[in-house]
Amino acid sequence: MNNNTELLEGDVEINLTVNGEQIVERVPVRRNLVDFLRINLGLTGSHVGCEHGVCGACTVRLDDQIIRGCLTLAVQADGKRVDTIEGLSDDGTLKDLQAVFHERNALQCGFCTPGILLTAAEMLQQQPNVDREQIREYLSGNYCRCTGYHAIIDAIESVAKARRQESSNDN
Amino acid sequence: MTINPRDRWVLDRPNSYIGRSVPRPNAKRLLEGRGNFVDDVVLPRMLHVVFVRSPYAHARIVSIDVEAAQDCPGVVAVVTGKQLAEHHSPWVGTLQHLKGIISPPQYALAIDQACWQGEAVAAILAQSREQGEDAIDSVIVDWEELPVVADPETALDPDSPRIHESLENNLCWERNFAAGDVDQAFAKADVVVEEEFSVGRHTGVTLEPRSIVADYQPGEEKLTVYQSTQAPHMMQNVFAKHLGLNEGDVRVITKDVGGSFGIKVHVYADEFAAVALSRMFRRPIKFIADRLESFVTDIHARDHIVKARLAVSNDGAIEALEFDDLTGIGPYSMYPRTSGIEANQIVNLTGGAYQIENYKAKTQVVFQNKGVMCQYRAVGHPVACLIAEGLLDYAAREINMDPVAIRRKNLFPDDAYPCKSITGMSFENLSHHQSLDKLIEMMGYDQLREEQETYRKQGIYRGIGLASFIEVTNPSPMFYGVGGAAISAQDGCTLRLDAKGNVFCATGVTEQGQGTEAVIAQIVATSVGVPMENVRVVTGDTEVTPYGGGTWASRGCGIAGEAAAQAGHVLRDNILDVAGIMLQTESTGLDIQNGKIVDGADGTERTTLDEVARVAYYRPDTFPEDFQSELMVTRHYVPRDYPFAFTNGVQASYLEVDIETGFIRLLKHWCVEDCGTVINPQLVDEQIRGGIVQGLGGALFEHCIYSEDGQLINGTMADYLVPMAAEIPDIECAHVVSMTNSSELGAKGAGEAGTAGAPAAVMNALNDALSPFGAKLATLPFTPQRVLEALGTG
Repeated sequence: MNNNTELLEGDVEINLTVNGEQIVERVPVRRNLVDFLRINLGLTGSHVGCEHGVCGACTVRLDDQIIRGCLTLAVQADGKRVDTIEGLSDDGTLKDLQAVFHERNALQCGFCTPGILLTAAEMLQQQPNVDREQIREYLSGNYCRCTGYHAIIDAIESVAKARRQESSNDN
Repeated sequence: MTINPRDRWVLDRPNSYIGRSVPRPNAKRLLEGRGNFVDDVVLPRMLHVVFVRSPYAHARIVSIDVEAAQDCPGVVAVVTGKQLAEHHSPWVGTLQHLKGIISPPQYALAIDQACWQGEAVAAILAQSREQGEDAIDSVIVDWEELPVVADPETALDPDSPRIHESLENNLCWERNFAAGDVDQAFAKADVVVEEEFSVGRHTGVTLEPRSIVADYQPGEEKLTVYQSTQAPHMMQNVFAKHLGLNEGDVRVITKDVGGSFGIKVHVYADEFAAVALSRMFRRPIKFIADRLESFVTDIHARDHIVKARLAVSNDGAIEALEFDDLTGIGPYSMYPRTSGIEANQIVNLTGGAYQIENYKAKTQVVFQNKGVMCQYRAVGHPVACLIAEGLLDYAAREINMDPVAIRRKNLFPDDAYPCKSITGMSFENLSHHQSLDKLIEMMGYDQLREEQETYRKQGIYRGIGLASFIEVTNPSPMFYGVGGAAISAQDGCTLRLDAKGNVFCATGVTEQGQGTEAVIAQIVATSVGVPMENVRVVTGDTEVTPYGGGTWASRGCGIAGEAAAQAGHVLRDNILDVAGIMLQTESTGLDIQNGKIVDGADGTERTTLDEVARVAYYRPDTFPEDFQSELMVTRHYVPRDYPFAFTNGVQASYLEVDIETGFIRLLKHWCVEDCGTVINPQLVDEQIRGGIVQGLGGALFEHCIYSEDGQLINGTMADYLVPMAAEIPDIECAHVVSMTNSSELGAKGAGEAGTAGAPAAVMNALNDALSPFGAKLATLPFTPQRVLEALGTG
């Protein structure tokens, strides 16, 4: 057995912050981050849709960037901060997005929704002046089979406008 | 029941929720990632099952050596088809009312031969899914490859290999229908147009894959199954019947379902295997299909080749329609709904929006060595719509008539109802003309035509396409029950006034995101007279809910909604009986409004529901001796007047074709539809939009591409294209309301209307855009390559 195989089959200890909590866990090296969150930590809000990086259902935040939980190994999160839909709901980060998604029915089955919300939150942070076409472009890595996207675009556009309004009032 | 329109009491209540876009109460936890999907269920002693699947489309299983796999880390057992067959009976996907349909018995795991690439032949039970998957390559199957039947067009050739030795040939079912004198009408017609429509195979790609956890308790001989399904009671019957259990000992629990669209209403061999294994090994077993398995094992849909022709007179009147349809359904007809329904629908529904006197249709359903095919959202409708709408536009072009005008000429007049289509479909109350008028106005049709012309002069090719459609909703037992299937067309609703004045509601229909729970709560709140937040709806548990069919064929709102309305009336009456005694007044003079017992005449508050419940539950000693309160009631409903409540509508697509690259850009899509009473306008619009985009997927992107030897060659999400946000336009919706008189509520279904008409609208827009080149396409999906080929530049 060569070293690579040992590494593949071995467990290692990782130390990371998940939703503000310090986590120390032994994980198989090959376990991806979304499986780690779901299986080891019981954080089932991040979903497994395709396991090959296309659908976006497993989107989580690693430090300050959203990533595919299925294309990232848990060991790659060692020493880093992970935020999931559960944590970002509890700390209020997604509050306005969630309220408008609810009001506008920008979700149906809800399986894609955590990934869409995390993507939308990042988009609005990076591009506060985003328009409908840009929203569609930014979301093009998140598959939703139920809604046909229109309501999702409406909801994000409406939050973008409200935040711009709020920030101009603040000024 | 036929309702006199003035008896629609529920539509005229104070504080009514009917017609209001109330947000879905159950959506909040989904927004916070607190859903409860099957893969979230973890039970003590649970094992994971993974499957060894056939790499061949058709092969004999000579032997299976499981020894090495059994020694793999974490593996508890490896089970072959032969072993599992001792623990269940096979099923056969036929129905008596599809005369002549045949299919061979199917087992949970293949025993002697695998008939499609991806068919499960052995099951590995392991402590974790990873460990199970690691062991797959250690199962040694000795395969003997068999000749593959891939192409439906050669499946019936006398020298075609047979897929099943027990059957004479590869024909599953055939239906012929004729009315009028078609041959004479074609011979005499001014204009005849024809086309071969080819609708590619595509699939549902529910974001949550098929998922099941089975938990057999040997002590009580009780089976609990957590399943992502549309039809819990149907599955209860199937599990009991084919495992030899008492149906009362089987409980199916369905919590959140991550999309279904018809994918999750069938019996899948691998899911059944998980359940049988739970019984065999006396412990919980979880099976979650991964995405690659989903592509080769979820049902596929469509896959039709239709040779069709239409005769019209010079004034645009339809003289005759004739077509010959061929569809390949994989190696088995699915259980228990069969894989013949889509073909049957195409015969029944094609041209159903129009007055047609001469009609001839043939369909052949053939077995082949590809993935299983069955009913998927808008079963048959998109194909029926492509045939009629496509040919109608060809004819309009031929006689130089506007597509709107030729539709107005032939659509059933709005005052023609009740009436029947040429195939005998009964229409109670449709609104084709009103819907078309509304669409034309909404889209600014004339202005768009001008815009199109202006762009054309600049070398920019835009097209406008229309598609009128009908949709089957609110199915009676004529759909499945009469064919012998244990599938309930009726549905029920149980209501209970709880001790603090809240209303508990259990319904037989299920929620998969379409908003069932919200809509049922709106109806109950209105019917009883309470605020919606005081109604708690429970779905998806065969041990708790009334017996019902679940969610399919756009039946939730029209059927279970009516049961909810009726249950609400009875609970209201029973509450008022108690209040009447408490207040020493005639209960008929009281009403319930906004959760309060009020004087029916002037609306003044007399007491609260809370107080009624308190007295009824804690102080019934204060009631007269001959009075017993009944604050839990159940009502059921099934449509009786018509086999189906047809709805209608019309869609339009506006798109631009890049004639250099063949790329199609969708600019806008419109839909006007008529589902009768609209309970929640926002939810109906979102059903329409989601349905349209599913139709757009099949029209432009989605295609299960098979090699000649039956291998699915694009079975990943990177290769199989689904509609993503960037490709999809905004979609505008509007409604016309023609209520059904078969229920007090007057609601019909809306879940499939979008998918029914979208592909035809896009095809007509595409062919309109390409008309200056004399190019046309009728092979779906309309890929850039196909566009270029049609232009002669590909």
